[in-house]
Amino acid sequence: MARGAIFARSALGAKLYIYGQAHLRTLLASLGRIWRAPVSSIMTTAVIGIALALPCGLYVLLANLQTIAGGWDNTASISLFLKVDTPLAAARDVAAEIGQRGDVESVRLISAAQAMAEFKESSGFGGALDKLERNPLPSVLVVTPAAGTRRPLEANSLLAALNTLPAVDLAQLDMEWLQRLQAIMNIARRGVTAIAILLGLAVLLIVGNTIRLDIQNRREEIEVTKLVGATDGFVRRPFLYGGVWYGLLGGALAWLLVGGALLLIDGPAAHLALLYGADHQLLGPGFRGTLLLLGTGAALGLLGSWLAVGRHLSLVEPH
Amino acid sequence: MISFQDVSKRYPTGFEALNRLTFRIERGEMVFITGHSGAGKSTLLKLIAAIERPSRGQIVIDNRNVTNLSRRRIPLLRRKVGLVFQNYQLLHDRTVFDNVSLPLVIAGVPQLEVRKRTRAALHKLGLLKRENALPITLSGGEQQRVSIARAVVNRPPILLADEPTGNLDPALSEEIMQLLEQFNQVGVTVLVASHAIDLISRFNKRIITLQNGQLVRTEAAAEPRTARAI
Repeated sequence: MARGAIFARSALGAKLYIYGQAHLRTLLASLGRIWRAPVSSIMTTAVIGIALALPCGLYVLLANLQTIAGGWDNTASISLFLKVDTPLAAARDVAAEIGQRGDVESVRLISAAQAMAEFKESSGFGGALDKLERNPLPSVLVVTPAAGTRRPLEANSLLAALNTLPAVDLAQLDMEWLQRLQAIMNIARRGVTAIAILLGLAVLLIVGNTIRLDIQNRREEIEVTKLVGATDGFVRRPFLYGGVWYGLLGGALAWLLVGGALLLIDGPAAHLALLYGADHQLLGPGFRGTLLLLGTGAALGLLGSWLAVGRHLSLVEPH
Repeated sequence: MISFQDVSKRYPTGFEALNRLTFRIERGEMVFITGHSGAGKSTLLKLIAAIERPSRGQIVIDNRNVTNLSRRRIPLLRRKVGLVFQNYQLLHDRTVFDNVSLPLVIAGVPQLEVRKRTRAALHKLGLLKRENALPITLSGGEQQRVSIARAVVNRPPILLADEPTGNLDPALSEEIMQLLEQFNQVGVTVLVASHAIDLISRFNKRIITLQNGQLVRTEAAAEPRTARAI
């Protein structure tokens, strides 16, 4: 009984080994086919490479803009809304306390009464506001961070620290310019995503078409293979792996194109950074980005060939 | 082994290739199918290999009704049926070895076993020396033998041959037929479609004659069939 169980396990293991071996052989054979038809392979790979390089390059550009924007000295200011009905003296004390901090340059107090006066003037509700029994507006402390605390990261930690003060009801970080830039970049990011999707579709179609032509060229072989009893899976495999290879090679080419473009930009970018007195480190796709690029290429290649195979392979039958 | 019951095949163009065909072929039998061109011989063989589907009737192969066989199961049927064609149907960009080993590779047989069995089949058909040749460098007779080697390498229980001697000279034709008979002698059920009446009547086997898609004559083998040891 035990011997039978061992037999079964080794039989399954043997089956998996054969299966794996067959897949590996098909994978390498597909690469061999691509290698042996260099002209058409290069053309297909080039189109895929360019199609993938464009969104990749744009994403890299955005990433670089993000870091540059993040590094800028902004006119950041923190507005601290004190708890309503905080007496003026207490508000002054808090202001003085905050003014002592090393990471704060200056503090300006807008008392509740001042706030109401400003509001009456700017809103035009003057008459109606007079009817209010108590002043609902709080006192506000406008805190300007010190020079070294103006970047988003440091400003945010100062914000968090000030928020914990007992008198503070709400702490808000105003970085107008940065917010505008962020908004622009969000639009840009959406735009790049849309472009990426369209180009991804293009890659699917290109791979699909190439595989379709491949199927046409190998009609005879497919018919004979089906004649001797090959399953659909067996017949499909080489074409699917071909698609994966096209996608991977296209992704690799895209990586080279983006890298090349970055090298071209590097010189002028360094010069620009020098003029701005900023430090400059041109970001590439990085390890994660590269993996993502190759992975996306391979996935699109697989999907594209899957679609083509699904439609065209069943039309080729022995007769 | 093979049973046709009232089988008809009408093509989309309206052409009726087979008309209410009924016959039985026992396991281990060798049968010749003869008739003029267009009588339906090829269609009959194609129906057995599920290359075509019958318009009407039932086909039973090895106790399994394959009339409405699902697409998924067709490859399994085809692995039981070795096929030899008049035009050889070899892959021209692969060596003789690769051509013959194809059915084994498809069936997932391990590499060493593939090599052993392929060489055995090549040896049986006298092709061992031409193992690495491309089909285009072979003569017609040699190509046909490669085709037969491929058909039998996986030891299928059924062997179908459609005009296997069509392009060959008389001596070669006789040789090929004898080869097929040898396979029958070890227990393979063999069906040969051929219009070479002179040749096939020299073999002592049942002859089924088709005319316009209908079975018109069956000539039994002269000697009584004896039980074969498989």
